[in-house]
Amino acid sequence: MLEFIRQLGRGGIGQFAKLGRANLFMLKVLGGFPGLVRRPGLLVAQLWSVGVLSLMIIVVSGLFVGMVLGLQVYNTLVDFGAEESLGVAVALSIVRELGPVVTALLFAGRAGSALAAEIGLMKATEQLSGMEMMAVDPIHRVVAPRFLAGFISMPLLAAIFSAVGIYGGYFVGVALLGVDDGAYWSQMQAKVDLFDDILNGVIKSLVFGWVVTWIAVFEGYDAIPTSEGVSRATTRTVVYAAFAVLGLDFVLTALMFGD
Amino acid sequence: MKSNKTTELMVGMFIAAGVAALFVLAMQVSNLSSFGNGDTYRVTARFENIGGLKVRSAVTVGGVRVGRVASIDYDSERFQAVVGLDLESKYNRFPEDTSAAIYTAGLLGEQYVALEPGGSEDVLKDGSQIELTQSALVLEKLISKFLFQKASEGDQK
Repeated sequence: MLEFIRQLGRGGIGQFAKLGRANLFMLKVLGGFPGLVRRPGLLVAQLWSVGVLSLMIIVVSGLFVGMVLGLQVYNTLVDFGAEESLGVAVALSIVRELGPVVTALLFAGRAGSALAAEIGLMKATEQLSGMEMMAVDPIHRVVAPRFLAGFISMPLLAAIFSAVGIYGGYFVGVALLGVDDGAYWSQMQAKVDLFDDILNGVIKSLVFGWVVTWIAVFEGYDAIPTSEGVSRATTRTVVYAAFAVLGLDFVLTALMFGD
Repeated sequence: MKSNKTTELMVGMFIAAGVAALFVLAMQVSNLSSFGNGDTYRVTARFENIGGLKVRSAVTVGGVRVGRVASIDYDSERFQAVVGLDLESKYNRFPEDTSAAIYTAGLLGEQYVALEPGGSEDVLKDGSQIELTQSALVLEKLISKFLFQKASEGDQK
């Protein structure tokens, strides 16, 4: 029994120590940003692998999420003869919730896991210690550009997801199911607010971008430098990122749309 | 990774696409396009009952949106709701005896303020008050009125 409680305590202390390491790590990463001004090439290369390569999955998922939403919401609304409100329903649910959240989950799976595995492998193959030997700070050189790239890419990807999704809903609703073209857009424009809805969606995606990339680069950097450690770090990245995104989404929604 | 130039080009296109998507969201999806050009003037109207009217609800004349509801207050001395209406400055020729009514768009739709121009020579200015108002129809009141009427008819027979 005593042993069990001690185990619990050890686990708790371990988690807190990790949280502290993650915060100190974040501070160091932030300290690496000024150096990126002199080396924009590092950032561009990471924007390529984090942002551009994630584009395909984001566009395809956005299109299909929008189309499914159009279909489902239409079936519900048509019972009330309110199918003109399809645009509002699709736009609000995508811009407020699905855009940021689904993008963040896909981003964690597509880019976050890759970041964690890459940094973890660099650690396992002692490339990071090699850099330190050459007086190059690996956090400045390796982690900071990756983190910033993730933080920049995520809101852009979420915006693309939302825009594509709304056009997906438009395609199904207007082109296939025969909702009036003008009603789809005009009702949407009447109900969707630039600041309350779209800006809040962008804020959400900024927060998610920050958190997902933070978890990814930290898990990679903190990984046990063995092949098993790297694989566990990659798994943890996706799981923790999903938890963090869904939990934070609730908190942010309550703060933004709660009144 | 591809050569440096291709990378830069693709990253540039990615960022441009992201910004363009934000732009589409702002212009096409949100109400940005229906904001006026900023200049408005404020008139107030007093209603007995505003029903489900909200701040930012539309103000229309003949079905054309000319402004928005800017504020809703309650005057506890005269027991009336005071509604501030922001009208766009380009529509500045409303006669002073314009009347205001609260209607519902569709059966379950949003409520809006409809203005009906009168015949006066003087026009509404910033700070003017609309004197002739008609309250929102409250469905429950209407139904109960109807039921009472039916019941009293039944008594007479």
